[in-house]
Amino acid sequence: MTAVQDPQTSSSNIAGFLARIADELPPACVMAQADQTRAFECDGLTLYREIPPVVLLPESETQVVAIVNACREFGIPIVPRGAGTGLSGGATPHPHGVVVGMTRFNRILRIDPEACTAVVQPGVRNLAISEAVAPCGLYYAPDPSSQIACSIGGNVAENAGGVHCLKYGLTVHNVLRVRVVTIEGEIVELGGEAPDSPGLNLLHVFIGSEGMLGLATEVTLRLIPRPQLARVVMASFPSIELAGQGVARIIADGVIPAGLELMDKRSIHMVEPFVHAGYDMDAAAILLCESDGAPEEVVEEIARVEALLHDVGATRLQTSSSEAERLKFWAGRKNAFPAAGRISPDYYCMDGTVPRRRLAEVLRAITGMEKQFGLRCANVFHAGDGNLHPMILFDGNLADEVDRAQAFGAAILELCIEAGGTITGEHGVGIEKIEQMCIQFSRAELDAFAAVKRAFDPCGLLNPLKVIPTLARCAEYGKLHVHRGDVPFPEIPRF
Amino acid sequence: MVKDPALRQLGEQIATARDAGHSVQIRGGGTRMFYGEPVTSDAPLSVLDMSGWRGIVDYEPSELVLTARAGTPLDEIENLLACHGQMLAFEPPRFGAADTLGGCVATGLSGPRRMAVGGVADFVLGTRLLNAAGEVLRFGGTVMKNVAGYDVSRLLVGSLGVLGVLAEVSLKIMPVPRCEATRMFPLDEAAALQQCLAWRSLPLPISATAWMPEAQGTRGCLWVRLSGSESAVRQGLDRIGGESAAEHDAVAFWSSLRDQTHVFFRQRPLWRIVLPPRAPTLDLGSSLHEWGGSLRWLAGPQDAATLRADVRAIGGSACLYRRDETMARVATFHPMPPALLRIQQRLKQQFDPTGVFNPHRLTQAF
Repeated sequence: MTAVQDPQTSSSNIAGFLARIADELPPACVMAQADQTRAFECDGLTLYREIPPVVLLPESETQVVAIVNACREFGIPIVPRGAGTGLSGGATPHPHGVVVGMTRFNRILRIDPEACTAVVQPGVRNLAISEAVAPCGLYYAPDPSSQIACSIGGNVAENAGGVHCLKYGLTVHNVLRVRVVTIEGEIVELGGEAPDSPGLNLLHVFIGSEGMLGLATEVTLRLIPRPQLARVVMASFPSIELAGQGVARIIADGVIPAGLELMDKRSIHMVEPFVHAGYDMDAAAILLCESDGAPEEVVEEIARVEALLHDVGATRLQTSSSEAERLKFWAGRKNAFPAAGRISPDYYCMDGTVPRRRLAEVLRAITGMEKQFGLRCANVFHAGDGNLHPMILFDGNLADEVDRAQAFGAAILELCIEAGGTITGEHGVGIEKIEQMCIQFSRAELDAFAAVKRAFDPCGLLNPLKVIPTLARCAEYGKLHVHRGDVPFPEIPRF
Repeated sequence: MVKDPALRQLGEQIATARDAGHSVQIRGGGTRMFYGEPVTSDAPLSVLDMSGWRGIVDYEPSELVLTARAGTPLDEIENLLACHGQMLAFEPPRFGAADTLGGCVATGLSGPRRMAVGGVADFVLGTRLLNAAGEVLRFGGTVMKNVAGYDVSRLLVGSLGVLGVLAEVSLKIMPVPRCEATRMFPLDEAAALQQCLAWRSLPLPISATAWMPEAQGTRGCLWVRLSGSESAVRQGLDRIGGESAAEHDAVAFWSSLRDQTHVFFRQRPLWRIVLPPRAPTLDLGSSLHEWGGSLRWLAGPQDAATLRADVRAIGGSACLYRRDETMARVATFHPMPPALLRIQQRLKQQFDPTGVFNPHRLTQAF
């Protein structure tokens, strides 16, 4: 049984809960009027909105414990929220639940420049950490494109990535310890500054669990020495296939670039007029390959990369000669999302991952789907780790276009599964991809996720209805969707 | 329905044992059976032999991913990777030709390079698991980035088989560094720790450290290995100084640490202690450090409770890695706080309600 039941809450519970919580939290931390809570109706996935009945903004761990205890007592679901920049609806409110915003947990508690660690509260912004430790010659490696706004708590919940993952890892590789308030109101420490912990590896299960296993109140991060030099090669290719071959050649040669990013023609044409990064408008694809490290090492690696890309058939090669130029080359890639917003009323950013060797064929298939769905799609992706970010351009004022954009997105995710990949590389499942979970995973696998959930949250109150689809929901989705000729969940009677 | 007959048979053995209220002891090559608690059960116990479930399923060097069945010998995997200039970067200890991939992942032990690149869990991308019903479940995958569902694959690293049986593992692979060099520094323990800490925040390509006491007195020697491009290693060597170790000696030394064949590891009992980077000397007897001082091997008799209290107080934990008769009643792993243990008990209860898998191997509690 995939038993992640929706907790049933009535409005009378909310009133009782508010009376109880008034003893625990100052009034400034409690919002229960629609005009106050409307600001929390969605996260970065704006297609889904729900005005939450209550929003709480605790200021201390003691208050978090009090909130959890009260929610348990009244059977009220909890939706944890960081900066609200998530793209999969992980922080979409529950209609009968409270949103617990962690924005006031915004202090960097300790920095140890010698041990290369920082202890921060979950509401601290990702970029603020690197800024704070820059004087020590250190930085925090994961750099999701929302790093200026997104919080570490949200990064932990989503196992956030960025453009430097191949060399420096995801959030899971850079978090040493998380202090968690459990649904039972207890405080547990997962991981630690020591390299191992006794017992099962709960730290790595917690990271990426989308707020469904506990509330983080403190996070210890691994910092790394800032490389002395970084340079980027920008290569133009006459086809996506050749660019893909360039990626494979670099990696087969034993080079692990600090960043390896691809953009297709539509993306190039979308960003260049906006950013003026000097992109080659004639190229079918542009590959950005960054090398970092000691100066001599960078020079060697760049020379190696240039030779390989030339050999594969790059039509134009440019290497940044200054930090300003390096940032200019990156500016186009990093501004792809705002550029999409500039040429289209709305865009829907997807996040599938496929094995690198399948990139070109998956992109060709996506191009084919543009006609099928009657919408344009621009592609930027983390080529080093096969993580695609197709941006479907549509107009949200046209109901028909919204439906087609969603169908297009779902088709892309299914394509990723078929290519041996996954429906989400770094944005999470949330509510957005919950139906595709039914395709990627069998019922027994979904049961195992539900089992993990029950072990941490026996009450089923933490971010319910996210990530793990109910059996009924998969059956419903299956009716619309016959995959590869198999009817999913054949054990369910159909009429 | 499990398609492969050999895997189906393993699944059936599990399901049959579960239905009868029996338990199974999971076994790959048997080289890591010394690690962890002994498997004990009041119910009948049979061996689930995974050594026949072997073979590399997929390996594409330019993808940096290898997928193999759990019973695949580590030898076979490391030899194939070496042909393509690649490696298992976490340097798993090698205890014998019978070592298997499944045992390596289930025990979660990593070697000297762990301090620089991460441990086994950092390289596991996906797994196939035989559950208590004998079904095959797939978690994660063969791609670097994957956040669909909880990361059950990493939960299984170091789980000693208590949640299910690893059937297949996909690992992230890394290129072999173009260049390696080792330097030695005659330093006492405290000075060696201080030196390792000082190097930590510098952009140096240090891939391993080890401090070893001399047979007599308080002096010892700190060994440091640098790995990377030729220029990075050359610049690093200029910066750290020290005395060069001959390549042959260095390779032999790091292998003897990785595989625990160095004479130090013959001592009993042997404690494996992990600590935060700033932890001071423990002054509890003969010890050998790795990972910049974060891993300390401690030999000789200790009062287990006192040792564990002291280690806990400075943020670490102590595992009774190799026991002798004086330590018969001591738990292998550092006891966990009750709230943490409760979550683990519930995970066990959820994944394996009848206790079919490796009873008590990870903790006396289950």
